[in-house]
Amino acid sequence: MRTLLFLIQKEFLQIFRNKVLLRLMLVLPVVQLIVLVNAATLDMKDNCVIIVDQDGTSMSQGLISKFNASPFFRVLDITPELEPAMKRFRGERIDAILVIPHRMEKDYHRSGSSSVQLLTNAINSTRAQLTYSYTQALVNDYNGQIGIAQSSVTGSPVRVNASWRYWFNPELNYKYYMLPGILVILVTIIGMFMAAINLVREKEMGTLEQINVTPVRRSQFITAKLVPFWMIGMFELALGLIIGKLLYHIPFEGSLVVLFLFAGVYLVAMLALGLLISTSVQTQQQVLFMSYFFLLIFIMMSGLFTPVENMPDWGQAFNRINPLYYFIETMRRVLLKGSGFADILPLLAGVGAIALVALPLAIYSYKKTN
Amino acid sequence: MTHTETVITVSHLYKKFGKFTANDDLNFEVYRGEIFGFLGANGAGKTTAMRILCGLSSPTSGTAMVAGYNVAEQPELVKRNIGYMSQKFSLYEDLTIWENMRLYAGIYGVTGKAFRDRAENLLSELHFLNHRHELIAGLSLGWKQKLAFTVALIHRPAIVFLDEPTGGVDPVTRRQFWEMIYEAAHQGTTIFVTTHYMDEAEYCDRITIMADGKIKALDTPGNLKASMGVETMNEVFVGLTR
Repeated sequence: MRTLLFLIQKEFLQIFRNKVLLRLMLVLPVVQLIVLVNAATLDMKDNCVIIVDQDGTSMSQGLISKFNASPFFRVLDITPELEPAMKRFRGERIDAILVIPHRMEKDYHRSGSSSVQLLTNAINSTRAQLTYSYTQALVNDYNGQIGIAQSSVTGSPVRVNASWRYWFNPELNYKYYMLPGILVILVTIIGMFMAAINLVREKEMGTLEQINVTPVRRSQFITAKLVPFWMIGMFELALGLIIGKLLYHIPFEGSLVVLFLFAGVYLVAMLALGLLISTSVQTQQQVLFMSYFFLLIFIMMSGLFTPVENMPDWGQAFNRINPLYYFIETMRRVLLKGSGFADILPLLAGVGAIALVALPLAIYSYKKTN
Repeated sequence: MTHTETVITVSHLYKKFGKFTANDDLNFEVYRGEIFGFLGANGAGKTTAMRILCGLSSPTSGTAMVAGYNVAEQPELVKRNIGYMSQKFSLYEDLTIWENMRLYAGIYGVTGKAFRDRAENLLSELHFLNHRHELIAGLSLGWKQKLAFTVALIHRPAIVFLDEPTGGVDPVTRRQFWEMIYEAAHQGTTIFVTTHYMDEAEYCDRITIMADGKIKALDTPGNLKASMGVETMNEVFVGLTR
C-alpha cells in the first residue's frame, strides 16, 4: 500500500513539473469547447435557393413570400425560366431549386391539389434531407393557410393539424446535443492518451527497466499510472461542465453526482484500455497510432454525430463494447433529460463490465520479466 | 579474503533467442562479498546473463539461484535482495536526486527516518548532500553514474549488479566509482560487474571472460595471467576472445 503511495507521488511530481503539459490541460478543453461546439452544428440557416416561378399567380407569390420570410432559406433569385436556374445550380453553391409549375393555382382550384418540384443538391446528403424537410414544413404550413382561406369561402370543415413539441431540448439547440459528446471525447483523449504515452515513455527512456528490477507489484504499478490521470480526467470533466454552463448555458437537468459516478467508472475503463495498449507496444509512435485507431472507431460509432439507432445491427452490437457510446449516452440523458441513477444503471453496468475486463488485462499484459 | 558462502549459483544456463544462443551452458558461482567481474566483447552475452540473474529475463533452460531464490520460479523474491544499475542510465531525469532516492527506498519499504538517515549518509559520503534537491537532468554523466550506484544500494541489497557502470566516464570519476565499489564490498555487498576496461578487471577478486555466449575462463586476474604466461589482462582478454 505504501509502495503505491510512493509511486503515485512520483507520477504527480512528474506531471506537475511538466509546465507545458499543465498549460495544455487547462487551455485545450476551453479552446475545444469553444471551437468544436460552435463548428459542429447541424442547425441550418441561409440555405441558398432559387425559385423558378412559372406560375406567376398570387398563390405562387404567397409561397415565395413564405420562403423569403423563413430564416432557413435565402432566396437568391426568382426567375420564370428553368434553364438559367439549372445553369447556376451546376456552377454555384446553391442548395435547392424550387420549381412552381405554371398551372399550380389553376390545378388547385380545379382539383383541390397541386404540386411543386424541389431539386436539392445532395452532395451533402444530410443537408439535402434537411432542406427537403424544411421545404416540406413550409409548404405544409402554406397549405394550412390557403386551406383556412378556402374553407372560410366554401364553408367546408377545417382540416385537423398535428402540432408537436420537442421534449428535453425544446428549442432544438444543437449545441446542447453536441457539447456533452465533445466533452466526453475531450476527457477521454486527455486521460487515455496521457496515461498511455506516459507508460510507454518509461519503456523508451529505460526507467521502466529500473522499476522492473524492484519488487513492485504489477497491479501497484498500473494503479499508480491510472490514479493521477483518473483525477485529471475528472478535473477536466468538471472544467468542461463549468465552461458549458457559462458559455452555452447547457442545462443540468439530472444529478451531477450520478454523472461523476459514471465518469469515474468510465475513466477506469478507458485508462485501462490505454494502458493495455501501451503495455503491448514498445514506442510512443506505436502507442499513438494504436490509440488513434481505436479512438477513431469508438468516436465514429458512439452516436456523437449520427444516431446509433440508425446504424446497422452489427454497429449497434459493437457499441456494447464501446465505452464512448455509454458515456455520451449517459451525458445526454443526465444533462438534458434528467435521468437518474436507476435510469442509467444498464449503461453503468456496461461500462463497468469493460472496466472489469480491461484493468486486469492491462495488469496482466504488463510483464516485469520477459 | 576468503569467500565460502555462495550467493549466486548458475548451472547449465541457456538463453536462446530463436536460433541465436546468447548464453550457452553457463556454470559459475559467486561468493558473498566478492567483486565478480564479467568480461567479454560486445555481444558476448554478458548483459543477457545479467538480466537473467536480475529476474528481468527468464532462462531458456538451466537454473540460476540468486540470494537463495530460483530466478525462473521466484523472480520477485530475487528482486527484493538485489540492486541493479543498467547499462542505460535509468533514474528519473525530471525528479531530483532526493526524490529518486525516496521513491526507490520507498519501494523497498525504507521510509521515514530510516530513509532520511540512510540517504543523508550515502550523499554525505559522496560530498553531494547539498545538491540533493537538484534535478537529475542537470547533472554530468559521472555524477549520474555515481548516483545510480548509490540508489542501487539504498535498500542495502545482498548483491548489486552493475552493467558497464563506467562506460563513457572520465578516469578520475572511474577511480572514485571503484572506490565506492570497494567500500560497498567491504561492507559485505556482493558486486557483480561487467566492464570493457582491463584496468578495472584487475580490481576484481575473480573474473569471468565470455565469448560467443560461452564462458572461456574463470579465475583471479593473477592466476589468469600466470596460466597464459602474459603480463597484462589486456593480453589475457585478446588471447581468449579472439
